Amino acid sequence: MMKKLLGTLIAALALSSQFATATESLKLDPAPIDTRDVASLQAGARAFVNYCLNCHSASLMRYSRLRDIGLTEEQIKDNLLFSAGKVGEMMNVAMGKKDAKEWFGAAPPDLSVVARARGADWLYTYLRGFYRDPSTTTGWNNLAFDRVAMPHVLWTLQGERVRTEVVLKDPSGKELGDGHGGVRKVVKLEAVTPGSMSTLEYDVLSRDLVNFLVWVAEPNQILRKQVGFWVLIVLGILMLLTWLLKKEYWKDVH
Amino acid sequence: MAATQKEPVTGAGPLNGILTWVDERFPLIENWRAHLSRYYAPKNFNFWYFMGGLAMLVLALQIVTGIFLTMNYKPDANLAFASVEYIMREVSFGWLVRYMHSTGASAFFVVVYLHMFRALLYGSHRKPRELLWVIGVVIYLTLMAEAFFGYLLPWGQMSFWGAQVIVNLFSTIPFIGPDLSEWIRGDYVVSDATLNRFFAFHVIAIPLVLLGLVAAHILALHEVGSNNPDGIEIKKNKDPKTGIPLDGIPFHPYYTVKDAFGATVFLFIFAIVVFFAPEVGGYFLEYNNFIPADPLKTPLHIAPVWYFTPFYSVLRAVPPMFDSQFPGVALFGASTMILFLLPWLDRSPVKSIRYRGPIYKRWLAAFVVVFLLLGYLGTEPTNVWGQFGPWLGEVERATVVARICTVIYFAFFILMPWYSRMDKVLPEPERVTS
Repeated sequence: MMKKLLGTLIAALALSSQFATATESLKLDPAPIDTRDVASLQAGARAFVNYCLNCHSASLMRYSRLRDIGLTEEQIKDNLLFSAGKVGEMMNVAMGKKDAKEWFGAAPPDLSVVARARGADWLYTYLRGFYRDPSTTTGWNNLAFDRVAMPHVLWTLQGERVRTEVVLKDPSGKELGDGHGGVRKVVKLEAVTPGSMSTLEYDVLSRDLVNFLVWVAEPNQILRKQVGFWVLIVLGILMLLTWLLKKEYWKDVH
Repeated sequence: MAATQKEPVTGAGPLNGILTWVDERFPLIENWRAHLSRYYAPKNFNFWYFMGGLAMLVLALQIVTGIFLTMNYKPDANLAFASVEYIMREVSFGWLVRYMHSTGASAFFVVVYLHMFRALLYGSHRKPRELLWVIGVVIYLTLMAEAFFGYLLPWGQMSFWGAQVIVNLFSTIPFIGPDLSEWIRGDYVVSDATLNRFFAFHVIAIPLVLLGLVAAHILALHEVGSNNPDGIEIKKNKDPKTGIPLDGIPFHPYYTVKDAFGATVFLFIFAIVVFFAPEVGGYFLEYNNFIPADPLKTPLHIAPVWYFTPFYSVLRAVPPMFDSQFPGVALFGASTMILFLLPWLDRSPVKSIRYRGPIYKRWLAAFVVVFLLLGYLGTEPTNVWGQFGPWLGEVERATVVARICTVIYFAFFILMPWYSRMDKVLPEPERVTS
């Protein structure tokens, strides 16, 4: 009875998850991040301060916390503190919300926990998804965020690209259908002017930035897993002891 | 004086003296015996009987972690979101306290749902435990209120819009609705005033009610005695000399040590979530709730947390009638209220699923499937499975499925007086089986 019930449940759940994946629209590129990679986090911190922190704040994050990713207080002061005075300060921006709204049409969101709202893969896709689009006010558009208010800040590094649609064909040259009467297309970004970085270098930069944002979103995540490891060991031992205790007491119950 | 007639306490070593002193002035030994050392529970409890104790454990965890969260949380629309992140980042081990509390909320519903399902399996709601069941349903509804009020506090987008949607449900009630929802919010929209009163409800009003109800639930249980997987009354077979049920064993120490083991297994699983997957893929902590509440930006998809979604699906399954959403809201309310009637809907001559016939088993299996399916659909937008073709009016598949599930959900209860009686049952044993 129990087994039959369980079987039905598993079948129902498997069916539902199958349906769920079929509705994804934008395909996100998996971000190859590793929050224990200190070098990557430091590179991400540098890029974040240089390129993002002019408009985007991380107002829930203190500069001094960067010591957790292996930077000394001196290094933070000398290399990362531009506007703020003390290392104990929050990563705020000078730009007012009202001004920002006037200049960009939308106030740049605070990035303290953006990685937890958007997810690493989305951020990674977004950072690498900018393309030239003359129909927008900034002249830029993004595959992950249509008509985003943010211009492509990193364009001198990545270069300029345009959006093209390629119709998929089978080996004989016949166009493939999409099942709804149209043709199957893939959207591709094609480089028109090169940037100062190669594609690989730019991908690494994006990876480092995303890695840093994921860490910033939860600076205690490494400690959390370390503590968790020991807690599970202690609970495992406790589980064994309580089981033996139970067995001992229940010896006389028949 | 009655106090001097009591026997002195023995067996507590150096504490005998002080316990005797207390017992002369307080019904200490009497209560210890009534609820622990001489409360006789059936000896054949299985997995499902861990859940009640675990619910109490989670309640204790929620209260303790909640107290520590309150020390640093700011119930202020301008400060709330940042104060939660302050707890996560700067308060020493604040992240642990917060994750235990957020995971505890979901864990509470997991164990309570399993606890309630146990009743459906073994007939624990049947005579003489009807009142016990009714108190339990009140606890469940109170718990939903507690979770709902608490969910506003992080002041993220889902907190805000979830509260907005739920409070707006009240505005669909004919005549008094709009005024009622405004009275609940204390404003025209969910705002700082709403946050403050929800905070008051979450940290003191509802927990007080919850504690009182839990005490009543346990008192009622110990009055009638525990049911068991065989669904027979152990009090029918007592030792003629001692008056102790032959199939009963003292709760303490037998079930205290067994529950201690159950509690560590639970805590092990709990710790895996807290330390390694506190978001549980967006089900325990929703991704959109990491965006601060913005009254001007409605999220594309508003979904309540998973433990509300079966009922939320029922709400969405009902189309507006007579230009009003009220029928959906009424059915949404009915889907929880109908639980109260369960003891009187069930007419089977046996209690336990072990001796019930195939009809009840199939209905129960169908009920579980539709409950989970409704729960899943409630987390997704209604277009999650796309639409039927033009020949079926291009209606959303998920909405149709939710409607069918809603019908089965209610049929499980409404038809129970008939199918539970006509079912072919097996004879119950005289004594409990292992």
